[in-house]
Amino acid sequence: MSAGRFGQFGGRYVPEALIPALEQLDEARLSAMQDPGFLAELEHLHRTYTGRPSIITEVPRFAAHAGNARVILKREDLNHTGSHKINNVIAQALLTKRMGKTRVIAETGAGQHGVATATAAALMGLECRVYMGKVDTERQALNVARMRMLGAEVVAVEHGSATLKDAINEALRDWVTNVERTHYLIGTVTGPHPFPEMVRDFHRIIGVEAREQVLELTGRLPDAVVACVGGGSNAMGIFHRFIEDEGVRLVGVEAGGEGLDGRHAARFATAVPGVLHGAMSYLMQDEDGQTVESHSVSAGLDYPSVGPEHSHLRDSGRAEYVYATDTEAMEAFALLCRTEGIIPAIESAHALAGAMVLGRELGPEATILVNLSGRGDKDMHTAAEWFGLVDDVVEDEMVPSGESDDPGAAGDGRTQL
Amino acid sequence: MSVDLGVSGVLARCRAEGRAALIGYLPVGFPDVEGSIRAMVAMVESGVDIVEVGLPYSDPLMDGPVIQHAVETALAGGAHVVDGFRATRAIRDAGAPALVMSYWNLILRRGVDRYAAELAAAGGAGLITPDLIPDEANEWIAASEREGLDRVFLVAPSSTPERLVRVTEATRGFVYAASTMGVTGERTTVGSAARDLVDRTRAVTDLPVCVGLGVSNGDQAAELAQYADGVIVGTAFVRTLGGDGELGARLDALRELSTDLARGVREGAR
Repeated sequence: MSAGRFGQFGGRYVPEALIPALEQLDEARLSAMQDPGFLAELEHLHRTYTGRPSIITEVPRFAAHAGNARVILKREDLNHTGSHKINNVIAQALLTKRMGKTRVIAETGAGQHGVATATAAALMGLECRVYMGKVDTERQALNVARMRMLGAEVVAVEHGSATLKDAINEALRDWVTNVERTHYLIGTVTGPHPFPEMVRDFHRIIGVEAREQVLELTGRLPDAVVACVGGGSNAMGIFHRFIEDEGVRLVGVEAGGEGLDGRHAARFATAVPGVLHGAMSYLMQDEDGQTVESHSVSAGLDYPSVGPEHSHLRDSGRAEYVYATDTEAMEAFALLCRTEGIIPAIESAHALAGAMVLGRELGPEATILVNLSGRGDKDMHTAAEWFGLVDDVVEDEMVPSGESDDPGAAGDGRTQL
Repeated sequence: MSVDLGVSGVLARCRAEGRAALIGYLPVGFPDVEGSIRAMVAMVESGVDIVEVGLPYSDPLMDGPVIQHAVETALAGGAHVVDGFRATRAIRDAGAPALVMSYWNLILRRGVDRYAAELAAAGGAGLITPDLIPDEANEWIAASEREGLDRVFLVAPSSTPERLVRVTEATRGFVYAASTMGVTGERTTVGSAARDLVDRTRAVTDLPVCVGLGVSNGDQAAELAQYADGVIVGTAFVRTLGGDGELGARLDALRELSTDLARGVREGAR
């Protein structure tokens, strides 16, 4: 087995042409993480630009619906650009410059990582191109506009299912063609080594801060740490500092979509290991090994595979993975809005749904730390539709047909990760 | 093993004839399974020395638009991994070795040992693995040794001398030199990077070195044949087979292309 394994998972299943770039990246990130100058620059940017440390917020009125357990939110939603994604993006953009590259490319499901990448590229004067499935560009016009305002080029991908996985395929094609001056700024803890490890390390600050903050607030470690898992970057970020704290349960919440009988993205509940986008991990696939399309109300969790370290944490028993359906997640979404005045990202609402179940199981003595990975402004359209907050007639006028060739020309501003 | 299923015999014969081998790619299932197998046999009958049988995959990240479209068509038409075995058998019966070209997850899903045994039983010569590097290939290396199958790994212009050694040491059959950085597709010029890569590869191995990515006509094939042991053509065949009109007419066009390319690999004789 090669380097970059988490148990049997991970590895480098990519064309040989990319291996030198991956080795260059591995060397660059390892030396950077030992370089006080790099770390100081990153820390400075996080403090003065990202908005770190992010606060924690205890949510007792929400917790009344979670078995009266003590529920504490890690507020990654308060970061610049509205989610945890910026932690990784700022660091990889610094690495890009360190490697002497001038161009970044990124994939995005519905815009959150793309917006974060466009933001960092603007900040550091890098050329930026974002690949996005055509289906997603049509539904996420607002985020397409945000990326363009920030100076990025947005490319609509029409091949395959025209969603996130196809955007990643197209980004990999670009990378192999332009690798000499281009860095592929992967947005989650998957892809070939060293991406899963590197992206985790760039998000690890979430757990480092939260552990200290919870200790200060409560005088002890939490009983459980809960996070939603799409690719799994926010979850690895908050889990990692707690892995050696044996008494702390680590709970990942996948997207159960319509339920396991319908379309979903509950990889651990249904899938077997396979290779996609450079990594061996649990993968939704058919009998032949063709990728099966996932589904979730939350585009940020709508991915048929999962970061390889999660697969290892799951198989080794250190972390447990449950799922929340679209309906359960949207109920938790509404509940946090109404009880605490915080509008979460629908992705993060899956973690909240998981915490509600866990709180009822553990009871009032328990403390549960939840990673509120993003804010829900971007999800207003989905929420308005889901809860019937928008008049039907107006709705029909608001939602365009989405058949334009221009990715930014039409759309309804419905955004997810 | 009792029989060598691999391609080395054909490559040695071409070398003895003082020419490069012509290697042609088509995905199984395009335009449908029957049509694709007829097309592969037609290629063999009109001068293709070795056939690459592509297995359609949902996420073909090394392929350009022409091949992407073809494999999407094949998958929509219900092509399966096992259809590749029918193709390798038909090609072997037509007198040429067939290498299956597959993204790794398809092989992994079927089981590496099982796939290797089935491929050998179906007369296949081996596998070309565009997204499997030798570092990840222990299971496949063992299985292919056991079955007498070729292992074709790729090298690229970005490959360092260390990587060229690593890849060629694990390779059996020939080394696939991807002549340009990028995905499959026709190019107007193949460029000097190909020659440089072939020279650098030859410096570390005695294996035949075959060049792919970008060749679309006999003149380009002749140019490459001056220094490569084999010329690999994919997209041009797929585009030809995907043209308008009856399948019979498209097969005729495919034969014409094969003949032109076969002329090219002979004109470029060293």
